[in-house]
Amino acid sequence: MSKSLELKLLAESIEKITETATGFNLDFYPMRFEICPAEIIYTFGAYGMPARFTHWSFGKAYHKMKTQYDYNLSRIYEMVINSNPCYAFLLEGNSLIQNKMVMAHVLAHCDFFKNNVWFKHTNRDMLESMSVASQRFRNYELKYGCEKVEQFLDAALSLQQHIDPHSYIKEMPTTIKQCCGNQQKTPYDDMWNIGSKKEGAGDCNCQHKCTSIKRANDLMKFLLEYAPDLEEWQRDILSVLREEMLYFWPQMQTKIINEGWATYWHLRIMREMDLVESEALEFAKMHAGVIQTSKTSINPYFIGLKIFEDIEKRWNNPTEEERERYGCNGQEGREKIFEVRTVDNDVSFLRNYLTKELIEELDLYLFRKVGHDYKVVDKDWRKVRDELVRNLTNCGVPYIVVENGDYKKRGELHLKHLFEGLELDVLHLEKTLPHIYLIWGRPVHLETILDKKVVLFSYDGEKIAKKFA
Amino acid sequence: MDKKKVYIISREDWSLHRKGELDQQRHRQKVREAIKKNLADIITDESIIMSDGKKVYRVPIRSLEEYRFRYDHHKQKHGGIGDGDSKVGDVVASDRQGGGNGKGKGGAGEQPGIDYYEADISLEELQQMLFKDLVLPDLKEKHNKQLASETIEFRDIRKQGLQGNIDRKRTLMEVLKRNAKAGKPGIHGIKPEDLRYRTWETAFKYQSAAVVLAMMDTSGSMGPYEKYIARSFFFWMVQFIRSKYQQVEIVFLAHHTEAKEVTEEEFFTKGESGGTRCSSVYDLALNIIETRYSPNDYNIYAFHFSDGDNLSSDNERCVELINKMLAYCNLVGYGEIEGPYYYSSTLKNSFKTIEKSNFTTVSIRDQSGVYPALKAFFSNRSNQGTVRMMQPFDV
Repeated sequence: MSKSLELKLLAESIEKITETATGFNLDFYPMRFEICPAEIIYTFGAYGMPARFTHWSFGKAYHKMKTQYDYNLSRIYEMVINSNPCYAFLLEGNSLIQNKMVMAHVLAHCDFFKNNVWFKHTNRDMLESMSVASQRFRNYELKYGCEKVEQFLDAALSLQQHIDPHSYIKEMPTTIKQCCGNQQKTPYDDMWNIGSKKEGAGDCNCQHKCTSIKRANDLMKFLLEYAPDLEEWQRDILSVLREEMLYFWPQMQTKIINEGWATYWHLRIMREMDLVESEALEFAKMHAGVIQTSKTSINPYFIGLKIFEDIEKRWNNPTEEERERYGCNGQEGREKIFEVRTVDNDVSFLRNYLTKELIEELDLYLFRKVGHDYKVVDKDWRKVRDELVRNLTNCGVPYIVVENGDYKKRGELHLKHLFEGLELDVLHLEKTLPHIYLIWGRPVHLETILDKKVVLFSYDGEKIAKKFA
Repeated sequence: MDKKKVYIISREDWSLHRKGELDQQRHRQKVREAIKKNLADIITDESIIMSDGKKVYRVPIRSLEEYRFRYDHHKQKHGGIGDGDSKVGDVVASDRQGGGNGKGKGGAGEQPGIDYYEADISLEELQQMLFKDLVLPDLKEKHNKQLASETIEFRDIRKQGLQGNIDRKRTLMEVLKRNAKAGKPGIHGIKPEDLRYRTWETAFKYQSAAVVLAMMDTSGSMGPYEKYIARSFFFWMVQFIRSKYQQVEIVFLAHHTEAKEVTEEEFFTKGESGGTRCSSVYDLALNIIETRYSPNDYNIYAFHFSDGDNLSSDNERCVELINKMLAYCNLVGYGEIEGPYYYSSTLKNSFKTIEKSNFTTVSIRDQSGVYPALKAFFSNRSNQGTVRMMQPFDV
């Protein structure tokens, strides 16, 4: 088939698919579809965006994806960007029917981006911001040397996930008032000073920058604001990486629900298309590939689809109990899933709708490493649900907060892992501390729990020390 | 939604978009750097030493880790989906057979979730990294010079050639000449026939002749591990000498209580047993030097590896013979492999009395000591550099 004919056929299909999707009340931004060769799709996949700064870790990810593609181990059919207009990249070499399914899938993603509440604050012009930032980073490389920029990026990237994704809700309290002298006894002490001149850090004469702030959830932001010796270009890098993470975070926290939504709709939309028998077969195969299950992981497409279908079924035909508990009268399935799409993220999606019946029907279990083997250790539905939810909490990233920016009054950084039952990977911990040291410029400490004991890891610029409390 | 077209389909030309490739190259480059840092471990890899020296090796090394705070994967419980009849206790995966996750010794496949990057690396490339700073130290000019290696030199001027190699000075000279002949002196109007290009020729580098005596203890006290370490050293020594010096002879000597000259193959494969008398091999070496390699004609190097477990009655004689060899040799090196059972070696201790600058001893505890030993023996101590004798040449 010639390329122009292919484009023409695609255009015809998209017309039909868009119409169908709109008929189902899907509500999406204007779409830009672009057909790309595999390398490009994998580049976008590795970088998370079509235009992002340069770093070897993206090269590593790219290599891995491309190798899997080259050996036919896995295949990305599309890549979609949360932006307005919405960009979707289709893999060159997709058959027409593959592209139809992908387009239907992508429209549902776009509907999700546009309507899910967790995306409300994302920057829809991120594409431009990233591309401009990448140009600035390039200039830093020219000015300060690639090695130096790379080294700083290594450090900043290792902390990139430690942001406060909800910082838009309220500004983080940057209480830098409590300098050495006037320690507060209770959180309300400062109330007594209202109106008096003593308010603020003006008359503090401690040597260190007053960073004895109570607790900061946003490590990136804290470093950005208080790391004493950063140069402007380094602050810029930290700030860009933080903005990027704020942009990516909603996608990270809605992986299952978003893929479930897209899978649910590509199935419905494709059923409305007039497929000849061979096309129907090809579609069925492709769909089966997408929702294929695995013994050692949770396929978000599969689990998300099943939950949505279950919700729809239950709200269409509620049991007596459900009628009472949820106040539904039946035949409200469609309405309900649109509501879920609007208000939930993965954690609440699983917490609210992964039921005992569903867990048993889908044969979900928990497994862990026992010696050389990975063994099923739990099938109790509550434990399965709770553990899945726990693994998704904070996008699976440990909570690390700044406990004190002036530890021991020496300007050292004291971090604390808010332990919730799961130990940190010690090797990674010990390799990450030097990265923070590079940014902070002074000794860095991290408090966590190992074997039920409080332990403080410290890095002083030369070696790691470990001290049990 | 309005009737307006809400989509665009396009196909762009992406052929110049190479970002992923470029960053992938940077990752590869960093992996190479990591290899370089771990050379000491890699060069004792048995598969390299025992091979024919021509293969490309796939060195399984961990791909560069992106460190961050994360949970301990092994202590975490993960979700999975069964076929409908899973039970507690079912094994869903196992890493007993390496799990297809990398290969090689050290159980590369034992931890799923760790990326192994198989770096393709040729022996030649490894050698380049390894041998970059190694030289035969203190090479001196001798009467007997032999062809050492070929080298490329720019020393010819032609009328045709590559743009990048234009010889500006000569081209301008031609312009001057032609203009002068035409009666309008000066530099103006360069014509194609004025252009002159520099081009290269193969030149020959001459070096004084050299011989290396490789001596190895093959007695019973040298266990397979000690022999392996000694052979690792000699393997790389031979590779290094052959790759950098084309005309250096290597003589292989093996000994227990008696010493004999052996072929290269025997040297690297045969195990012997029996007691140890190191003086035997020094005697043989001296004999070979005196009859075949006159110090007037040859740079002479002698390296001996042993576990140091020598007949104590023999030690004094060893010192005497080493001293004698030192008079002939540019360098004598003694490497002692410290086994776990000997706390102090009689032989190395005896050698402590020798205070000559061209005598070097090293101790090797384990495999990682091989590379430092190479560096200790084959680095230039007096910055003299190699003696290069160029053919007289004039343009």
